Amino acid sequence: MRNFSYVNATSIEQVPSLLGRSWDDAVVMAGGTDLVGEMKDYAAVPKRVVNLKSIEGLDYIRQDDAGLRIGALTTLTDVLENSAVSQELPVLHQAVSVIASPQIRNMATLAGNILQRPRCWYYRSEDFPCLKKGGARCYAVGGVNTYHAIFGSGPSYIVHPSDAAPALMALGATVHVHGPRGGDEVLMDDFFTMPEMNIRRENILRPNEIVTEISIPKPEANSKGMFLKVRERESIDFALVSLAAQMTVVNGTCERASLVLGGVAPIPWRAVEAEDYLRGRRITEARAESAAEAAVEDAAPMPHNGYKVEIAKNLVKQAVQALAS
Amino acid sequence: MADRHDEARPDESTHSEIKPGTRFTRRGFLKGAGAGAVTAAVAPAILVSEAGTAAAQETEGVMSATISLDVNGSTHNALVEARTTLADALRDRLEITGPKVVCDKGECGACTVELDGKLVFSCMTLAMDAQGRKIETVEGMADGDSLHPLQEAFVEKDALMCGFCTPGFLMSSKSLLDANDNPTPEEVREGLSGNICRCGTYPHVFEAVMSAAEKMRKGG
Repeated sequence: MRNFSYVNATSIEQVPSLLGRSWDDAVVMAGGTDLVGEMKDYAAVPKRVVNLKSIEGLDYIRQDDAGLRIGALTTLTDVLENSAVSQELPVLHQAVSVIASPQIRNMATLAGNILQRPRCWYYRSEDFPCLKKGGARCYAVGGVNTYHAIFGSGPSYIVHPSDAAPALMALGATVHVHGPRGGDEVLMDDFFTMPEMNIRRENILRPNEIVTEISIPKPEANSKGMFLKVRERESIDFALVSLAAQMTVVNGTCERASLVLGGVAPIPWRAVEAEDYLRGRRITEARAESAAEAAVEDAAPMPHNGYKVEIAKNLVKQAVQALAS
Repeated sequence: MADRHDEARPDESTHSEIKPGTRFTRRGFLKGAGAGAVTAAVAPAILVSEAGTAAAQETEGVMSATISLDVNGSTHNALVEARTTLADALRDRLEITGPKVVCDKGECGACTVELDGKLVFSCMTLAMDAQGRKIETVEGMADGDSLHPLQEAFVEKDALMCGFCTPGFLMSSKSLLDANDNPTPEEVREGLSGNICRCGTYPHVFEAVMSAAEKMRKGG
């Protein structure tokens, strides 16, 4: 890890001026579980690190009629142990419960989780100057792409590693951003960016902007949610494929389905075709299978990751049937 | 891996001389042999922020500083760089070597310590972030010569093979039992899911934690 200068921010308003115009100038740090790893791997070599933990009052979970508001410095453990989350947002509770390990959940924040950088082994290795680091190619193409994307058409084939992001997207959450011109609100569905739009980053944040809050609308009555994750190890592992599902089912008929896959694309991947197929249909096993087929209609697996298509299908079928019963 | 070794050690300006009658330890030898070379090579690279004034530090930050760490109830001062992890500060500056650095990327749990009562990976925590917080390492578990019931149970149930992961497992076990004195086997597995034992002695570890929990409930 290259040394850097370390600044403790004291207010949200102060942060944009402590950051720079380029990601190489300065980065923010909250729990640090992703950034410290990136700096150890020389995937991030910032001149300055701005500590956000020194800002008072960004660690909260508040409930009102509209839903839940979660401050950017709230740890994953605090989200996991919150009774409003476990009772009303099982999809988020279940997602957070399978993130990393107790130690990481005590350190990492919810906002940091959705801002994680890719786990791609080429990106994380100093030896590969890949597209995401300003290089000329994506080494997953023609390389070992077991853990890479099955959706999207490049030019980078990373997958988004977050478990919380698909859950928050399935719930229709909003990200609150603060920058030099003040605050802004962006729907999770509009927050993440595909590589063809922004090869170096995975979301709309500029180098001098931070996330201050994530707000989650109250799910509609009759709506149920669940999170499924398939990984190689039972603990401390990223998803091969995950699925966040929130469905409104009345008398066996699906009124609305929100299905977001993780680990399959450079951003949390909304299975729009499956959602459209399910709307207004009575759920049967055959229809759950058709929804699963629709979810992977556009998949274009690489030579080593075709298995992800099968997992994605199984997860969609399983969740649709479980939430309809 | 190289980065742990390219960090300069500002508090060790000369390498230790070997005096007649000195008792050799493996650690002492490695430290003496390694530290001298490292210090000579990179000592000039140490930067204390030129900012100097408190006002400038507020916006420019610091690249190194003398910090005060509260470890197992005693206060220690150490000069660290911004990039120094808590694990490296504890082990290399303060010689508190219970927390082990194995993967050095927050995946194995050998460096586990408690920070204000919460279990964390010290290899992913910056030393500067641990200022003003209570750090508990495995060294703080025993009460003088009498072992913590968990430590006794690890011995009794043969819950270690090579033992390198043990300090981390003990810290996670202690944190688990502090929060829940009557865990189910499933809760024990979940509570220890951030620690890896490559010898594979998990069943004995789980057994030791269950047995210690029972003893502690009976006030033993």
